[in-house]
Amino acid sequence: MKKTRNSTTTTTGGGRATTAMRVIVPLQGIVQGRGGLFLGSVIPCALFYFLQLYLKGRGGSKSDEPPAPTETESSLSETHLPEVSTLQRVHSRLLLSPRGSSGPAQVSSRANAIAKQADGPYFLGLKQAADDPYDEMNNPDGVIQLGLAENRLSLDVVQEWLADNTRESIICQDLSISGIAAYQSFDGLLELKVVVAGFMSQVIEKPMFFNPAQIVLTAGATPAIEILSFCLADPGNAFLAPSPYYPDLDRDVKSRTGVEIVPVPCRSSDNFSLSTTALDRAFNQAKKRGLKVRGIIISNPSTPVGILYNREMLYSLLDFANEKNIHIISNEVFAGSTHGSEEFVSMAEIINTEGEDFDRNRVHIVYGLSKDVSLPGFGIGVIYTFNKNVLSAAKELSRFSPVSAPTQHLLISMLSHTKFIQRFIKINRERVRRMYILFVGGLKQLGIECTKSYGGFYCWANMSSLIRSYSEKGELELWENLLNVAKVNATPGSSCHCVEPGWFQLCFSTLREKDIPVVIERIRRISETCISRS
Amino acid sequence: MAIEIEKPSVGLSKVAVSETHGEFHHILQVSFDLLEEYLEKHSEATKWENKSCGFRKNALFQDYHGLQSFRKAMASFMEQIRGGRAKFNPERVVLTAGATAANELLTFILADPGDALLIPTPYYPGFDRDLRWRTGVKILPIKCDSSNKFEITPEALEAAYNEAESMNIKVRGVLITNPSNPLGSTVKRSLLEEILEFATRKNIHLISDEIYSGSAFSCTEFVSISEVLEARGYKDAERVHVFYSLSKDLGLPGFRVGTIYSYNDKVVTTARRMSSFTLISSQTQQLLASMLSDKEFTQNYIKINRERLRKRYEIIIDGLKKAGIKCLKGNAGLFCWMNLSPLLEKPTKEHELDLWKSILHEVKLNISPGSSCHCSEPGWFRVCFANMSEQTLEFALRRINDFMERRKCMRSTT
Repeated sequence: MKKTRNSTTTTTGGGRATTAMRVIVPLQGIVQGRGGLFLGSVIPCALFYFLQLYLKGRGGSKSDEPPAPTETESSLSETHLPEVSTLQRVHSRLLLSPRGSSGPAQVSSRANAIAKQADGPYFLGLKQAADDPYDEMNNPDGVIQLGLAENRLSLDVVQEWLADNTRESIICQDLSISGIAAYQSFDGLLELKVVVAGFMSQVIEKPMFFNPAQIVLTAGATPAIEILSFCLADPGNAFLAPSPYYPDLDRDVKSRTGVEIVPVPCRSSDNFSLSTTALDRAFNQAKKRGLKVRGIIISNPSTPVGILYNREMLYSLLDFANEKNIHIISNEVFAGSTHGSEEFVSMAEIINTEGEDFDRNRVHIVYGLSKDVSLPGFGIGVIYTFNKNVLSAAKELSRFSPVSAPTQHLLISMLSHTKFIQRFIKINRERVRRMYILFVGGLKQLGIECTKSYGGFYCWANMSSLIRSYSEKGELELWENLLNVAKVNATPGSSCHCVEPGWFQLCFSTLREKDIPVVIERIRRISETCISRS
Repeated sequence: MAIEIEKPSVGLSKVAVSETHGEFHHILQVSFDLLEEYLEKHSEATKWENKSCGFRKNALFQDYHGLQSFRKAMASFMEQIRGGRAKFNPERVVLTAGATAANELLTFILADPGDALLIPTPYYPGFDRDLRWRTGVKILPIKCDSSNKFEITPEALEAAYNEAESMNIKVRGVLITNPSNPLGSTVKRSLLEEILEFATRKNIHLISDEIYSGSAFSCTEFVSISEVLEARGYKDAERVHVFYSLSKDLGLPGFRVGTIYSYNDKVVTTARRMSSFTLISSQTQQLLASMLSDKEFTQNYIKINRERLRKRYEIIIDGLKKAGIKCLKGNAGLFCWMNLSPLLEKPTKEHELDLWKSILHEVKLNISPGSSCHCSEPGWFRVCFANMSEQTLEFALRRINDFMERRKCMRSTT
């Protein structure tokens, strides 16, 4: 992969040297003469060094050593180079924090307490017995487990029922004492993690290695996000989230953790893409409100809009996170539902290729099977993290939302059939794309424009022409109309914290092709009544 | 003229009463047929006897209400365990991914950070983690001791409550485990009534963890709080909540099935919404719904399970008796509560842990020390007897016997 940033960096660095030279040359002319050679060389040299120091104070260069963590935050915030465009901002940020981060990625104090939990004898004993288990034949001197309140006495009765009532199920295959009935580690069977890691790579269609040991499995993406919130932030802290964002994010992040969300508004003028200006502004706003920002949480492909983050934007985000010493949570649940021509770049790919330049400890990816593999009822969530502290804390917390063993076994089986999965992903994408085009086309006929989306099975539509008053109130009136009259359930932008009224997320996932004209017709009828009123 | 003072209703936590947002679920059905095709082809995938609940319905179902059929089956199973002496309404069954999740979830709903739950000691060590980690709620002990078989007394209840008050800590509820872990005994009816009366007087919640209800050695030995409530026409019921799970009685911890049964409508609604964080897959629900609706199976299972547990209990009690070890008289659960205090040089926690260590390392038996369970008297240990074969148990008893013999010899020589 070509790194365009590096070439531009050297150009900028060279520019600085040229500036310095232009100061020195005339000075040499001035001090020519008496004792001039000495002065003539010392003074310009001294001036040159002072100039270097001055420039270093302003922004430094690539050869500098990374600034000490405590100094960095203040110096960086005061010496922001003038904004030109998003592209240049990335490069300047690289100059500010050339290698590594401005500080270690801190986890929450709750995560620390959980990860470092010293186990009392109750748990130590359980572990010891598990490590050296008694076996009549193979380990007669092993520890006999009398500390685990497990009931294996009547499993045969259960087994019999299962054998009689569920044909050839994978559940039956392994319903043995050490099989699915027994207690297992909460964060998922290793076998399933291995298959999930492979699946994630298939989904992004790149030969990326996802390390199963960095995976924690949960009962859906919802607890995955909540667990990360607990691990990365303390009560009273905040995450930045580009808005519009999906309504349930408020519940997932905030309801029990005491963590706030500070929205980073994105606008239609930017096609709802994230700008670092907006990020900065939101960060400072949070600071003014007395909220310590611990991370940014993005969805990519984004929901409700459906746009993809390109490489530059992801680099920008990483730079920003490095600079502010915060985390990034990248919710990639819709990665398998990308469609169209744009390339999907997973945060994991950036991390993998960037190597040591970025602090991996601050990047956490959320994934799930409910969206891409149409299996919400079999819901599995994935936390993928490079941060050892987060990993161990998340493993502990997964006990509150584990995946049941029979479901794990079914998924192991299904995800192992890689050819099927490949075919499924391909066909799925084609169908999503087709539906998207038809749906957006249908809306266009009504004069309703949508942002260009390349991911997810929804579109983000501008229905402001149909609302009476250009306000949240007007938007909700339209929503009610759509729901009660047109019998179309669309998600209003205000529920997604969109700053511009009139935008709606219209999900076409439950429709068949032939349903689309029906839906369009219903919306048409609404739009006619709306237009006739205004 | 007397003014009628309206009794304040029992309060819920701030988290519980805060606004919850609407649910906007988008699921992809576009390529469903592909999945159905796959499952048709591969016999490894489960096929449901009941054709009406096909795969499509199953996979798409992601409602925190849980499958109606499964809730019905759970309610009916819980009734059967209580010998039909209490009725359970499926609409009050809230499902969670395991008992651990149920314990934590209810705590989030009933108490704010800094508040406390009163729990009689000794109690299950996992509570310290499950009830406190993310909730910020404290546990205050209701001290029980061997003088009266570790039963809760009204004095102990009052003492615990007063201690909380003196520390300016708000008590939100009492949590009892019935049958008790680690004691292995049931709580008698009159005591349940006293505890309920106490909770009503203080206007706090009463949580009854009945996870071992199906593991009472005889059906009639166990009295559930639900029976007490039914007998009094559900008066004061809105403060009562019951935990249940299939991990102990059915021996299926890997299935991760927990329930909160609450007599409080607001708690049911809130817990249900909150269970979005801890859903049981519909596949698991469907499978277990089938199993638990099969009355013939469940009747038979409950009976056989009780029998086998009782038999095991007798074996271990006998074996320990022969080794000179006394146990608390138990009538339920997967364990017994063993008294090794005579072996302690000094009745301290440290000496108990030393003894525990030597039993673990020399005798190679893992038993749980009472101090882990916050027992106020050193020397008591929980010994599980249901997770190994009879042979292994006999073998373990022999090791204990030898250990006791050695100790006797050591004593006589000193």
